[in-house]
Amino acid sequence: MAVDNGADFFFKGESGRNTRGLLRLVILVTIAAAAVAARLFSVIRFESIIHEFDPWFNFRATKYLVANGFYKFWDWFDDRTWHPLGRVTGGTLYPGLMVTSGAIYHALRFLTLPVDIRNICVLLAPAFSGLTAWATYLLTTEMSESPSAGLLGAIFMGIAPGYISRSVAGSYDNEAIAIFLLVYTFYLWIKAVKVGSIMWSGLAALFYGYMVSAWGGYVFITNLLPLHAFVLICMGRFSPRLYVSYTTWYALGTLASMQIPFVGFLPVKSSDHMAALGVFGLIQLVAFTEYIRAQLPSKQFQLLLRAMVLVVFVVSLGGLVLLTVSGTIAPWSGRFYSLWDTGYAKIHIPIIASVSEHQPTAWPSFFFDLNMLIWLFPAGVYICFQHLRDEHVFIVIYAVLASYFAGVMVRLMLTLTPVVCVAAALALSRILDAFLVKTQPEPPTEKAAAIAAAAAKERAASAFSDTLKSTQAPVIGVYSYLSKSMISGAITAYLLLFVLHCTWVTSNAYSSPSVVLASRMPDGSQHIIDDYREAYYWLRQNTAPTAKIMSWWDYGYQIGGMADRPTLVDNNTWNNTHIATVGKAMSSKEEVSYPIMRQHEVDYVLVVFGGLLGYSGDDINKFLWMVRIAEGIWPNEVKERDFFTARGEYRVDDEATPTMRESLMYKMSYYNFDKLFPAGQAQDRVRGSKLPAVGPELSVLEEAFTSENWIIRIYKVKDLDNLGRSHQDAISFGKGGKRKKAGKRRGPRVLRVD
Amino acid sequence: RPATVTSSKKSASRNPQTPQEILASIWNTYADETPQRSKLLDVFMGFLLVVGGLQFVYCVIAGNYPFNAFLSGFSATVGQFVLTASLRIQTNPANKGDFENISHERAFADFIFGSMILHFFCVNFIN
Repeated sequence: MAVDNGADFFFKGESGRNTRGLLRLVILVTIAAAAVAARLFSVIRFESIIHEFDPWFNFRATKYLVANGFYKFWDWFDDRTWHPLGRVTGGTLYPGLMVTSGAIYHALRFLTLPVDIRNICVLLAPAFSGLTAWATYLLTTEMSESPSAGLLGAIFMGIAPGYISRSVAGSYDNEAIAIFLLVYTFYLWIKAVKVGSIMWSGLAALFYGYMVSAWGGYVFITNLLPLHAFVLICMGRFSPRLYVSYTTWYALGTLASMQIPFVGFLPVKSSDHMAALGVFGLIQLVAFTEYIRAQLPSKQFQLLLRAMVLVVFVVSLGGLVLLTVSGTIAPWSGRFYSLWDTGYAKIHIPIIASVSEHQPTAWPSFFFDLNMLIWLFPAGVYICFQHLRDEHVFIVIYAVLASYFAGVMVRLMLTLTPVVCVAAALALSRILDAFLVKTQPEPPTEKAAAIAAAAAKERAASAFSDTLKSTQAPVIGVYSYLSKSMISGAITAYLLLFVLHCTWVTSNAYSSPSVVLASRMPDGSQHIIDDYREAYYWLRQNTAPTAKIMSWWDYGYQIGGMADRPTLVDNNTWNNTHIATVGKAMSSKEEVSYPIMRQHEVDYVLVVFGGLLGYSGDDINKFLWMVRIAEGIWPNEVKERDFFTARGEYRVDDEATPTMRESLMYKMSYYNFDKLFPAGQAQDRVRGSKLPAVGPELSVLEEAFTSENWIIRIYKVKDLDNLGRSHQDAISFGKGGKRKKAGKRRGPRVLRVD
Repeated sequence: RPATVTSSKKSASRNPQTPQEILASIWNTYADETPQRSKLLDVFMGFLLVVGGLQFVYCVIAGNYPFNAFLSGFSATVGQFVLTASLRIQTNPANKGDFENISHERAFADFIFGSMILHFFCVNFIN
């Protein structure tokens, strides 16, 4: 068969199988190591800290879990967020992430390796990415007989930047473990559909339950698996195996998902989950019909039954619609609805539209995140069409759905990445098999060659007459060493470029903790701007432990995590009105804001200002969203139009509108800023505009702290004036401004009411 | 497939026209050709149907105040029903082709495994 060389040792017989098994193990371990190593740039360059905003809350919750035990964590009422309201944290979070790292923490202590909980949280995502690569290996292996497909899928998943972006070390977010659970649940589901055993689908249900406890994206699975079952039924591929796997998964999985307090009764009440229920009902009917059909040969009876199935389906769909319209079943939640009606969020829920990762994806980011996988992906889906067994239908559906969602929303690129890796691995392994593994056939004699040619011609003719040409497996195999080496050389080059690209992207784009800002000095050395932590630690050390901090919601989790002070709003945007209150306080005049801040017992106000450094993610650039969110609640008091000049420009310089210049946010951002510059030359480096010669004055606040580069400015809310004057009067009195002459001109007097 | 094997004997005597005849012939086929073990499972499934139906009727009449209790009771019957149906399907000789790798003992062990998970979740959910 093959040429006689050392390769036979690997490819033949019992010893070959063992060796290949060993090789496989070594390759998988190497892939896991590569996946972990690729995610450590930020830890090595900076330090081992939590990045971004959301992970700070997860970290804080994990610390609470580790310190107080599981039961207290489950019933945790957090009075240090959403200040007057508090948050029932145990019932409003997905506990899977915290419980996982808590379990790892205790396991390591049990093994007498006491590791700080922070390090476990930081390194959890890299560790799970290794597991994700392994799960992708399993999933891809189910799809293809080719021995290389699974390994290719694993390495793609291990280093694809689309997944790395959400799982670098320090990114302690729900997605860190959720993608592993997603892929592994899919693997178990595919296994269940193939084997038709209760055990596999029971395991799929258990991991689905774990996934529900970890990430809100479980709804994707809840809709994808029923869709797969439904498409299989519609294709006439209903089998007893499908019945066993789907019904077991649904019955156990739904119960498992309802154990999470945050999910509660949603699986029976909300529209997001109704597809699963509908398919569950449908599959019972189909199974019953199939059973009856096996008993009765009558053709008319079959027809009758089919009609019955159709009628029942229509009736149940109608009933579902009726229940939804009448309000028994909750309609689609805004976040999911905005996936279908892409203009919905912008008009109705500004708080969803204001998040940067909820924007549509641009083409370059597909290439940036997936490089060569993105053009192997359609080829892989095409190969799935060629085989089209049950599991390939799954990949096709997954590919179509996930591509759509990734096109609508940037952050859903994450759910696209696994299927892209699987499909690309299928395509590439097919190419490699065709060009490398297929060996030279027996050298045909002249006569045999003629017969073979005739047979081939016949086969080609029959192929055209029979069915679609694309569904015929082509006669593959390239035997010339030249073409073999050229193709394999090209593919090797592409793979090496892929590794280079992934490493480059990870290193340059996705490995920066947003807590510290890195910049370069003119001589190329690194300069770290650490204003965030400077300010948060100032708060932590110089304010009372119960001092309430008001800031825009973006910084809520970080203040809670790093400064350890109560906040008014945070990144969990569950109460829109409360956020709008903060938005109103920020965007109104001091006289309006001060009562709001007094009512909410605010002690300090924190704003982020990037005008000195050119840091563009500051609060003046986010200001319009504050205005919009506030306008949604108080349309008469806050108007977006007032913040634009007559020509519709959003300006901060001399031409800024009076409303803009009197808003609390403007005053807090630019307070004393002009004193940094020679008179009249204050310059805002983000907006690129010259500021008014006279800076704003604050009367109800006093500056408490400004960080080194002026990125964070903290103001203390003044107490009421001792003499009962308004703060403006007190200020002008203190400045020795014009005193009104007594007796001459008095304002209209008012009757004193005792 | 028992249905097709014996159909030659039956189809001569049977030419179902009215719904009653159709149902009666289905019943006769079932009673004649189903193994004893499958019948036992069917009785259990019928029992589960009755229990589930009673719970549902009670919920409709008396209201669903402890909704978790209703859900766990009802989904216990539904889940046990589909698990039993799965066991019946897997052990049905007619489906041998679909489940080549699953022996009857394995199917029963799987059934136990699934039921254990189900009852754990139900007991946990009923509070």
